[in-house]
Parts: sequence; structure tokens; C-alpha cells
Amino acid sequence: MNFDLNDEQQEIRTTARSLLAVRGNELDWKELCELGWPGIAVAEKDGGLGLGLVELAILAEELGRACGGAPFLGSVLASLVIGKAGSESQREHWLPQLVGGEMLGALAIRNEPSLIPDAAPGRLLVLANGDGTAELFPGGPVEAVDAVDLRRRHGLFDDPGGEGDHLDVDPGAAIAAAMVVVAAELVGLCRRALEATVAYVRDRRQFDVPIGSFQAVQHTAAQMLRDTEAAAIATYYAAWIGDNRSDGFETAASMAKALASDAGRSVTASAIQLHGGIGFTWEEDLHWLFKRAQVGAIYLGGSGAHRAGVARRLAASASK
Amino acid sequence: MDLTLSDADEQFRAQLRAWFSANASGDEPVGDEDGHFEWRRRWQRKLHEGGWSGIDWPTDYGGRGATLTQSAIFFEELGHAGAPLPGNIIGLMLSGPTIMTWGTRDQKDRYLPPILAADEIWCQGFSEPDAGSDLASLKTRAVRDGNEWVVTGQKVWTSFAQYSDWCILLARTDPDAPKHEGITYFLMDMEQPGIELVPLKQMTGESEFNEMFLDGVRFSDDRVLGGVGNGWKVAMTTLMNERAGLGFFLQVRLRQLVDRLLLEAEQRGRLKDDAVAERLGDLHCRTEALRLLAWKGLTAIERHGQPGPEGSLTKWLWSETNQMLTQSSVDVLGAEALTQGTAWPWSFELLRARGNTIEGGTTEILKNIVAQRVLGLPRSR
Repeated sequence: MNFDLNDEQQEIRTTARSLLAVRGNELDWKELCELGWPGIAVAEKDGGLGLGLVELAILAEELGRACGGAPFLGSVLASLVIGKAGSESQREHWLPQLVGGEMLGALAIRNEPSLIPDAAPGRLLVLANGDGTAELFPGGPVEAVDAVDLRRRHGLFDDPGGEGDHLDVDPGAAIAAAMVVVAAELVGLCRRALEATVAYVRDRRQFDVPIGSFQAVQHTAAQMLRDTEAAAIATYYAAWIGDNRSDGFETAASMAKALASDAGRSVTASAIQLHGGIGFTWEEDLHWLFKRAQVGAIYLGGSGAHRAGVARRLAASASK
Repeated sequence: MDLTLSDADEQFRAQLRAWFSANASGDEPVGDEDGHFEWRRRWQRKLHEGGWSGIDWPTDYGGRGATLTQSAIFFEELGHAGAPLPGNIIGLMLSGPTIMTWGTRDQKDRYLPPILAADEIWCQGFSEPDAGSDLASLKTRAVRDGNEWVVTGQKVWTSFAQYSDWCILLARTDPDAPKHEGITYFLMDMEQPGIELVPLKQMTGESEFNEMFLDGVRFSDDRVLGGVGNGWKVAMTTLMNERAGLGFFLQVRLRQLVDRLLLEAEQRGRLKDDAVAERLGDLHCRTEALRLLAWKGLTAIERHGQPGPEGSLTKWLWSETNQMLTQSSVDVLGAEALTQGTAWPWSFELLRARGNTIEGGTTEILKNIVAQRVLGLPRSR
């Protein structure tokens, strides 16, 4: 048993992290597409790199850490669903455009009271109806919204009335994969918040000592680490299950989303608290982490719904 | 990443499972503490005869020489089988490995074989009334008299002292030295004058622990382990061993209780209540995270020779989750979880769980350790 990333996965992480660091966490979308990132988990025949969910999660985590404006999340989620549930002609038509970045995409769940990250008029919208069906809306029937997270565009589904272009098969497993990607982004937000906080409390002095020497501060930081590590391991476990197993993926994905949703909120909030007044300012980047975590935490199901779903699914299969 | 076990480890698990199904531990005696301990001693003898005692001990010392992974599998399967921990758990997990590291040839030959066979039971004399989390402030004194030591003081929380033949004892041999340097680690014979045991009744009503009063207890110089004044370093070997394999056993027990509570909730129609379903789902998520963190920590030691950050997180997460679980049982089961002597001992677990966040490192101390050793924050004041 080995939880370490393999050499290739490690290389993806290192490359992404160092490139984002050099560019001050903001990568140009064109450059990102040239690197092939939007197609990392898209099959090679559809123009992608043909890697798995683990590799996609690595990139989502790194871009989450960077918390920039590139419309990566929406496009990869749309590609995941089309790739796993679309017909051959739907895949052939849409995936190369999404991978190349000429078309941008987004994923929504019908009736979910959540903002849709990266959704905008004119972009491709994949809508899962929650009943085992999903449809494509090329015109992007969404109402643009100025969300708290201003670094990314958001929309709300604006029902055009007619039906979209239906996908071939039940998108359940693809939606589960999408949850894992969102969880990975949340883990990235947590990691950045934790690192910034550790650096700050070691440096900031009050009462003639670093505030990081106070136990009240240490215990909050320790809790941030535990929440982050639990969310991270659940996320990569789910990604691995998605790539290697047919059973148990949806439960593992729900578990990852539940833990990462809660960690995203609490870890970014604690980061603001431990930074004190400076953490509450616009200049300090922490508020962007907090804001993005807020959107991610309820998108594709909040922690409460996922936990309840997990409990009911387990009980149902145990009593069979 | 590869979250599968190797073929050899899968075979090991299958072999173990077959052995456990052919060799049951028998019914757990309820409400009889002495009978309960004897049950666990018999169980260890059975394990020993089957070649499963001292699973992680090197073969040179009569153990099975299993890898860390196999040792973890052993404790998982022990939990799955519903079997208890071996009776001489302190001997197997704490005294034995410490003697292997620090003992002389004679000490190893003398003390190790009876530990494996459960012929000599061990207890741990570390904590004192004024030395809990701050263990190095211990006051029990050992004074040299010729080639003997004379020990006087008080220990507390000594589990199973009433069944023990030997005790790993920390005592202060140099009161003038800095507090970590004046301590010596002894192997103390429990069958001698001057040792008085007083059962310490816990909030569960049981007496798992004792107070141990030492008044002029004498033993010879060959009972020193690892050198006079070197006791703190020797004790660190013991404490590093404390949380290893046990975690896998506890994690499986937690899993069984979560599954059991889920089933009860389903049968009583309680999962229709969103709050109950969410809470039980949370318990599942935490228990899974714990299992994964435990395995990640173990494989990090195997692959890199040192644990990752997760090693410091599992005991904290386990103890808190076990408390949440037992507290939730009251919401799911109502009166039954607060009534003694029911088929499934929820009321006992509810009370016993309160000790989990205190024993073997309080949650507060564990958080300090995580902050200082994993996150690298400055020493606290």
C-alpha cells in the first residue's frame, strides 16, 4: 500500500506549483491550455492527455491554492460529464473545443441553490437534472451574478424552457468525479490558508513573543492541519477509487466532498482569525480563499446532504 | 498511489482470518473483571501457541517478525474477529520493545520469553498524582543502598497492576540533576513487600486502574534498564511504541460500533431524521478518514523511515470520534443507551469514552505536539 504520488504525478504537482508561484498565482488561460491542463483527464482520442482523476485532482488542488481567475474548474467539470456520459458525437464535437480552451464550460445541478462557478452566457452549460439524466445547453442559459468571489465568473441557471441536448447515459459517476475535483480545489484553498497562517503566527510578535507560541493559537492551527489532512486524504482516496474501482466510488466522493466542504470553510475562517485585523483587510489574500471556499462548499451538494446520503446509502446496503 | 495490499500481505490476511475463524476467543465475561483478565490471558496463550503472539517482535526474540503492514493487518483482523487484545498488552507493546532496545543480553533472555507466553504480566509505573502530562516532574525516589535500590513514592493509573508480575518503573535517582536527567528506568518485581495497590474506581464503576504506593521497595542493580540517569531516553522508547499497532485495533472497533449504530438507526426508522442521518454520516466519514490516515502514517514509516503529519493526528481524531459516536448513541437509542446491562454495552461505552481524550496523551498535549513538531510553531509558554 502506498499513498505517495508516483513520479509522473509528483512532476505534475511540482510543475504546476512552481509555475504558479513564478506567475504570482495567476496563469493566463491561453498558457494554461497550451500546457494541456484542461484536458488532463480527457481521453487522448478526444484531444486530451488521457490521465486520470488523481492527476486532475492534483491540478485542481494547485489551482485552488493559487485561487486565481482562470476558468479551469467549469471547463474540466463539463468535460468530465461529457466524456463519461456523452454520446460519441457529443464527445467529438465538444471535448476538443473545451480542451483547447476555445469554448468554456460549466456544470450545474438542476434546482441546486448554489452559484455555478465559471458559468456565463455564451459558454457551454452541462445541466444534470438529478434524475439520472443530463443535457447540454450550448448558449449558456444563465444569469450572470456578481458573486462574493469576484475573481471568477458565476451564474445562476436561467431555464430557457425547452429541452437541451440529452447525454447518452446516467451521469452519476461523472458527477461524483466532479465532486472530487471540487473537493481537491477546496483542499488547495486549505493548504494555502494553513501555510500563510503558520508563516504569519511565527513572525507576528505581541507581548514580546511570536503569537504562534500561544497555545490558544497553536490549538487552532493544529485543528486547521487536521481538517486539511483529513479532507486531503479523503479526496485522493476517492480519486484513486474513481480511477481503479467500480464499487464504492459515489460514497467515497460524497465523503471527500463532505470533509472538504467543512474544511474549506473552517480552515479559511481560522486563517482570517489568526491573522487578526490584517486578515480582515482587502489587501491580504485570505478573503479570496474564504470566498471561494464558500461557493465550493455548497456547490454539488453541501456537507450535510452528503453525510446524510452516505448514512442512508450505507444503512440500505447493510440491511439488504 | 496504490491503495492495494501486496499479494503476500493479502495472503497473510487470509491466513490470519482462517486462523481466527478456527480459533475463537470465546465469550467475553461480563461484569467480572478478574474473569475478564483471565479470558484475555488465555486468549494470548492461544495466540502464542498458534504463533501469533508478538506479531511484530523480531524472530530472534521469539516473535513472528511481521512487517509493520502485517502487524497492522493483525490488529485489524483481531478487531474484525471480535477478539480482545492479548492480556499482556503492556508487556508486548511497551516493556518488550523497550527491553529489546535497551536491555543487556541477560535481561533480554530473562524477561522476553515469559512476556510472549503471558506467563509474566507487566504493568506500567510512569504517571504520578503530580506528574501526568508533565511526566518528567515525577517524584518517586530510588536511593542506592549498597548494590540495591530502595524505592519510595506513589504511582497512579497503573492498569492491571493487580494481575502483574513486573512493572516498568520510572524513579528519580538524582534529585539535583535537571529534571529530565535524574531519572532511571527500572524493571520492578511486583511480588515483594512495600508495594500496596489500591483499586481506583472509575466513572464507569470499574477499576481498570490502580494507585500504587511504594514504601521502601528494594531490588538489586540488575533491574536498571538502559543505565542510571538515562531513564528519560529509555521512557521515550516506551512512549513511541504506545500508539502504533493499537490504533488499528481501536479504529476497527470504532468501525464496528458505527456500523452497529447505523443498523440500529435504520431499524428504528431514525435515519428519516436529517439531523440523525447527518450525524451518522459524519461518523462514517471521520472513521474512514481515520483508517486512511492510520494506513498513510504506517506506510510513510515503512517507505520513508519516519511518520508524516498524520501520525500525530490519529489518536486525537479517534478519541474525539469515539466520544461523538457514543454521545450519538443516546440520541439514536434513547433510554437503552443510558441503561446498564443491555446486550450491546452502549452505556458503558458512553462513560468509558470520556477517558479516551485523557489517557495516552491528552488532546490538549496532542495539539501542542502537532503545532510544535509538525507545524514548527515556537515552544509554547
